[in-house]
Amino acid sequence: MTRQVGQAQDIVLRLTGITKRFGALLANDGVSLTLRRGEVVALLGENGAGKTTLMNILFGQYLADAGAIEAFGRPLPAGNPRAALAAGIGMVHQHFTLADHLTVLENVVLGTEPLWWPGLGRARARARVEQLGRDFGLVVQPGAKVGTLSVGERQRVEILKALYREARVLILDEPTAVLTPQETEALFQTLKRAVALGLSILFISHKLHEVMAIADRCVVLRHGRVVGEVATAATDPQALARLMVGAEVVAPEVAPARPGPVLLALDAVSTPNRGAVPGLKRVNLALRAGQIVGLAGVSGNGQAALSDLIAGLDHPAAGEMSLRGAVLAAWSPRRAVALGIARIPEDRHASGTIADFTLTENAILEGYAAPPFSRHGWMNWAEAERFARRVIRDYDVRCPGPDQPVRLLSGGNMQKLILGRVLEARGFESGPQIILANQPVRGLDIGAIAYVHGRLLAARASGAAVLLISEDLDEIMALADVIHVMSAGRLSPGFARATMTAPELGLWMAGQGFAAGGAEDAA
Amino acid sequence: MRLEPIANPGLARRLGFPALALALTVVVASGLALLAGAEPFATIGLIVQGAAGSKFAALETLNRATPLIFTGLAVAVAFRARLWNIGAEAQLYGGAIVTVLLGTGAIGLPQPLLLALMALAAMLAGALILLGPVVLKTRLGVDEVVTTLLINFIMLLAVSYLLEGPLKDPAGMGWPKSAALIAEARLPRIATGLRLHWGFALALLAAGAVWLIETRTSLGYEMRAVGLNPQAARFAGIAVGAVLVKTALMSGGLAALAGFSEVAGLKGHLSLDLSPGFGYTGIIVAMLALLHPLAVVPSALFVAAVFVGSDSMSRAAGVPTYIADMLLALALLFMVLALLLARVRVVRG
Amino acid sequence: MSAVFDILLQASFWAAAVRIASPLIFATMGELICERAGVLNLGIEGIMVIGAFAGWMATYQGAGLWGGVAVAMAAGMLFGLLHAVLVVPFGLSQHVVGLGITLLATSTSYFAYRLILPEVTSPPRIEPFGTLPLPYLADIPLLGPALFAQTALTYAAFGVAAVVALVLYRTPLGLALRAVGENPAAVAAQGLSVTGLRMGAVIVGSGLMAVGGAFLTLSAFSSFFFEMVNGRGWICIALVVFGAWKPGKAVLGALLFAAFDALQVRLQQTPLGALVPYQVFLMLPYVLSILALIAMSRRAEVPAALMVPFMKGER
Repeated sequence: MTRQVGQAQDIVLRLTGITKRFGALLANDGVSLTLRRGEVVALLGENGAGKTTLMNILFGQYLADAGAIEAFGRPLPAGNPRAALAAGIGMVHQHFTLADHLTVLENVVLGTEPLWWPGLGRARARARVEQLGRDFGLVVQPGAKVGTLSVGERQRVEILKALYREARVLILDEPTAVLTPQETEALFQTLKRAVALGLSILFISHKLHEVMAIADRCVVLRHGRVVGEVATAATDPQALARLMVGAEVVAPEVAPARPGPVLLALDAVSTPNRGAVPGLKRVNLALRAGQIVGLAGVSGNGQAALSDLIAGLDHPAAGEMSLRGAVLAAWSPRRAVALGIARIPEDRHASGTIADFTLTENAILEGYAAPPFSRHGWMNWAEAERFARRVIRDYDVRCPGPDQPVRLLSGGNMQKLILGRVLEARGFESGPQIILANQPVRGLDIGAIAYVHGRLLAARASGAAVLLISEDLDEIMALADVIHVMSAGRLSPGFARATMTAPELGLWMAGQGFAAGGAEDAA
Repeated sequence: MRLEPIANPGLARRLGFPALALALTVVVASGLALLAGAEPFATIGLIVQGAAGSKFAALETLNRATPLIFTGLAVAVAFRARLWNIGAEAQLYGGAIVTVLLGTGAIGLPQPLLLALMALAAMLAGALILLGPVVLKTRLGVDEVVTTLLINFIMLLAVSYLLEGPLKDPAGMGWPKSAALIAEARLPRIATGLRLHWGFALALLAAGAVWLIETRTSLGYEMRAVGLNPQAARFAGIAVGAVLVKTALMSGGLAALAGFSEVAGLKGHLSLDLSPGFGYTGIIVAMLALLHPLAVVPSALFVAAVFVGSDSMSRAAGVPTYIADMLLALALLFMVLALLLARVRVVRG
Repeated sequence: MSAVFDILLQASFWAAAVRIASPLIFATMGELICERAGVLNLGIEGIMVIGAFAGWMATYQGAGLWGGVAVAMAAGMLFGLLHAVLVVPFGLSQHVVGLGITLLATSTSYFAYRLILPEVTSPPRIEPFGTLPLPYLADIPLLGPALFAQTALTYAAFGVAAVVALVLYRTPLGLALRAVGENPAAVAAQGLSVTGLRMGAVIVGSGLMAVGGAFLTLSAFSSFFFEMVNGRGWICIALVVFGAWKPGKAVLGALLFAAFDALQVRLQQTPLGALVPYQVFLMLPYVLSILALIAMSRRAEVPAALMVPFMKGER
């Protein structure tokens, strides 16, 4: 978009030579950046490029090793979030900084009055929050407990927090990662209104289409250094991608699908709601050999329930689940693994690995209870180490050695270890596997993303059935042969590759299109 | 302030900080001695002498260490699985009660069989006492810290009732204690003339057995996994609840063996002063041993030495015996901090 | 059962219940403040012991009753500071450090006691707080003596509970404390100091716990003896859970618990007391606490960040 940036010569934010080390890791290397009044600048870079670190330094949550920051012409005291807030800098974090058990109003008002003040001033605060909501198009109930809000509503609260504190500069960290296409549009409307009212915006993203749509200028970070700065009018997504990665980015080669028999089928399966987590509502799903089925949708719409079900952590309360034609009786994670389901969990730190276990101990996490890793309760560590070494070698896991704690691994290498562990578990002796890949590339750099996608496509080529759950619509549209959308526990029909656009899928994500009687699998 | 993990801390750091912790404890000990009007070096010398300066002292230390090895193991096993068993005291008394029930003439069996039966029954009692809080934890999410603690008080009252009633020694002078164990129910001495009973050897065996289980069996693997990351363990298919129950059985059983050992090996009867807090001291023993089963043995010896030495020193120099408890509590706190500082660096921002 | 009714109709019973509840209210409020801020304080039992000892010793040495209370509070805050330093900026295990503090505070009390009074067999007594009946109100039947003819320290206990409730729900400080126990990242993002809030909560909470301990020596028993706290600290942790981390409910829980305790003492004098061993009566408070924990197990809203250390930058 073009705007008169002419008179916006005054610089509201100037970062000069910011350098930050974490131990041996150089997260930011002499980064300089300026933001002018009324501008929207996008900070681009792949995972691990140093964007979030830079913003955390700006906001005062980290202390830079070198460099200076000026806000509105005055130097900004470092390492002091209160000073940043006072200077008019507001941050909308990628992982929302909200207290679920407190109300919207309480979250917004937190920290805005001096701690020794005798009263909260609720009435006045409520009026102000409601006014801001109207001005910026961010409607939320002030009295609602944040834990009951949807992801989109929570983000509105995060933005309101900044606006309530009269932020003149808004920093947003990956704001659209968890939004549907429609919610993203609504966010952009809010941002445009903010700019019209005199705010300046700095936002981090790796979604190039969106960046092209909203930003005036793009600053690209790679390995902690600024490698390029362009006006969006003068560039395109391919050029930006090249700057981000430092090489030509090639989309993965997807050979045409040759789907085989149904390996896993869900027939009108329902599971109960668990608190705020929705259960499945009469879900029909078929995973065929040699096919990637993509599940699109914002987290919190039943993906966890489906993933838990297939992983063996839950069983159907109604309906039937059958594996290779046979209806399942007893079901547990061990049964799932024994029957050939390879499970890549959503969170490699929380569920996928045990940080203080060695690589060897992590490698046998799913298989330790049976030969060759143990017999009659007695462990065979030699075999375990042999398996670990094989996985490390075959899956290119960069590590000091198999007897080091897994905590020392980078995210990408941890994911490769998990991948190897689950794919090598049964070695394809009894036919193709079923792979449950839940957010498999979240938080990984481009190299690791390409590796993981490559492995999934290779598995598909050799006859495995893959269920890919991802919040990243681009990833789903690139890899999946069949796309389903999940919304509030309901599963849409399957849409064949390249038959739906992102906005159309977005409508399904928002719940439109679901008939009252449930959906049938059309693939 | 931020804590930055050090990738490969050198030996100097990993040994230096714990050594500093112990040194600080000694410094505080000297300060306390000064407060009590005693001369610091002499006081510490008297403690060391009282712990190991004579054959009598050394044996006393070994005897005092025996129940501490058992309770230390009990706590280490539990804490490894993140099961906060603060109830070792109650489990100890449970084992002691069963020992008395079976060993005062109710059962006639040759000595080895009788002792084996008593030991197993004691372990069962201890296991059951811990099972209650653990089931409450796994089924209802009730925190086991407070429940195990409260059961300690309940158990002590139960013992008091039993010693004044059903278990009361008919030949006693009104002082609440149980009847004496029959000869076949006593743990024999390791060597004639040596005031050290087989309980000590049993404790060493137990330490070895726990170490084997932890490092070489699939149960040990499961226990460690559940303690470090229960969510990942569950995802992998480990039955977390069952593992906690098995851990409880092991931990409760070990603590109960302390009671068995004290009654059948050392005292020969049960009275209210059987345990001067062995269950709680076991926590210090376990933490100083970094929850490692083999390290529990030297840790228990160290703690026993401090207690025995302080008893003797107190009689000689007049410094209150509670100096031992203070020092061990401080050693615990200094040690956990030292262990952290050995592998992280404190940096600004 | 008529014996129970008879007891319930005695004014002295209700007065005893309020009296027994007073140290529990102080200590429970102290633990509640700590846990609301996200820190479990297992040092409570030991801190009550040192509060009991320090308060009594100060009064015995001539500081007066309120001087004793002040000294007790200071002692508690000192141990609270130690707990806070180890557990908040260093993030050490709250279980282990708390138990260590209990062991340290208890042994320090006993050590100091033996140091200052080496030869006494029966502990010396001090003049405790006297009752302060409120005119007119103390004459209300049944409730009057119970609520309005208590010592100044008991009135203070209820006052403290009211202040805690007021601060927690109606001031920015209270909001910040609640937030830091729910999501410290939210607090840090709003420019407040997580470390400062948590450490402050632990220090103040520990001070209150110590005053609860001092109540035992300065009001209830008039002298200090070993094992006098006798697990009250642990019971207060159960009361915090029972009260769902809300001050009002926790006070009610303390009163309910104290009523049972007063009841059990009186029941021992009845014919029932001759049938049942006295140990069973003494067990009732602990059993009750366990039952209270079970009753509240699945329902309460636990502060979401309880026992989770906050490490800057970690997500």
